[in-house]
Amino acid sequence: MVARIFSQSIPRMCPSALIFILSLPLWASSAVWGQESPYIVTYDHYLEEPGSLEVEYFSTFGTQRRGNDFDAFWMEFEYGVTAWWTTELYLAGQTTFNDSTILTGTRFENRLRLLQREHIVNPVLYLEFENTNGADKILKEVEGHDVESDYTNRNGILRQEHDHELEMKLLLSSTFNGWNVALNPIVTRNLLPSEPWELAYALGASRPLALKASPNRCNFCPENFIAGAEIYGGLGDARSAGLHHTSHYLAPVLAWNLPSDWTVRFSGGFGLNENSHRLLLRWGLSREFSGFGELLEHFLGGRR
Amino acid sequence: MKKRSILFFALARVTLATAGVIVLGACLSLAQRQKENAASRTNRLADAALAEVPEKDRQRRNPFEGDTQAMAAGGKLFEQHCAGCHGPKAGGTRHGASLLREEVQQSTPGTLFWILTNGVVRHGMPVWSKLPEPQRWQIVTFLQSLQLRPPNPRPAPQNQSTRAR
Repeated sequence: MVARIFSQSIPRMCPSALIFILSLPLWASSAVWGQESPYIVTYDHYLEEPGSLEVEYFSTFGTQRRGNDFDAFWMEFEYGVTAWWTTELYLAGQTTFNDSTILTGTRFENRLRLLQREHIVNPVLYLEFENTNGADKILKEVEGHDVESDYTNRNGILRQEHDHELEMKLLLSSTFNGWNVALNPIVTRNLLPSEPWELAYALGASRPLALKASPNRCNFCPENFIAGAEIYGGLGDARSAGLHHTSHYLAPVLAWNLPSDWTVRFSGGFGLNENSHRLLLRWGLSREFSGFGELLEHFLGGRR
Repeated sequence: MKKRSILFFALARVTLATAGVIVLGACLSLAQRQKENAASRTNRLADAALAEVPEKDRQRRNPFEGDTQAMAAGGKLFEQHCAGCHGPKAGGTRHGASLLREEVQQSTPGTLFWILTNGVVRHGMPVWSKLPEPQRWQIVTFLQSLQLRPPNPRPAPQNQSTRAR
């Protein structure tokens, strides 16, 4: 719906630029320095700080063997409602080279922390509703029997398919000696009654380059960099679970948390079998704004 | 007749101005009281959280105790991660307790470390275990230094070398 309104009202404007421009006023307001994880697909158990809004822009460049390469992009607005509940809205689009640029849909997700304190393994429940079309190529998660050949048709054909999906993840994450290890089992269900539950996984590990902070404000201090790797892919569906006709990726990841309030992320994903895209090159830029909740309260006339 | 009209309007203006001042004063007083209520509530909740820390964790020692470099690094980390809620001088806001109060300053380093690690999730303080353990101890070192000097989260140049990572 949002994609349709956008594409009808501003037909000639590149959606990627539009998404970027829409977020600019936010980026001019006050910000706080975050310690963001480097993962792009995997989630750890850390939620957004209450009252903070994180605005993120991501891009995925993907190669395709039997089709045109593409650049998929999305914007995330992540808000910490409480210390145990984070809610998030996605707007996504993509450009397929020698084809077209289109907006591909929206996602609405919620993450709920299940335990009050830190434990060896910390569970967080993730619930998402997706309203996307078949041309969606952000590959934020690779599910069921998703394979490279699903994405090779032209956008005009792919966008005719509409997906209303419910996605659930159990985010299991542990932090020890500076290392974070996170495992996300994923189940997804297209809300059409004939569609089976799809299965997937994501696993990530990361660590800051230094555990101790330096006393000075610096851009290139090792503690500002967090490096790691993630592996993700599909596990079939409820009717045919397993690795047959599935795709999998291994991606080294790096986050650079700048003292000037920005976080930059890089990830180079490599397909691990013939069903996978050979390369998924991703980058992201994000900024966190504290006090957004308070601003919202003033606007709505309430108080906390 | 004209004089009476002028007098009437002058009186009306004075009355309106007085009423305006009274309403404004009442609003400011109410806002101040609400602010104080919110601040005292966050302080009360923080005290309750301090009391929940397990005895074993209270006894943990700060590996950076007295390390001035760690204190400066902790000040930087406080400014980046904590000042948004607890105030730039740790004096507290509507959303975060004052860390200058006696209850906090008299707490053991282990108690402060435990609170930082586990947060007080049900009352709005997130867990900070995403900061590596040495960085959390650096923040504790900074917080404990506040009782010794006027609060100033800016790192000061120091000579003492830091310990192992």
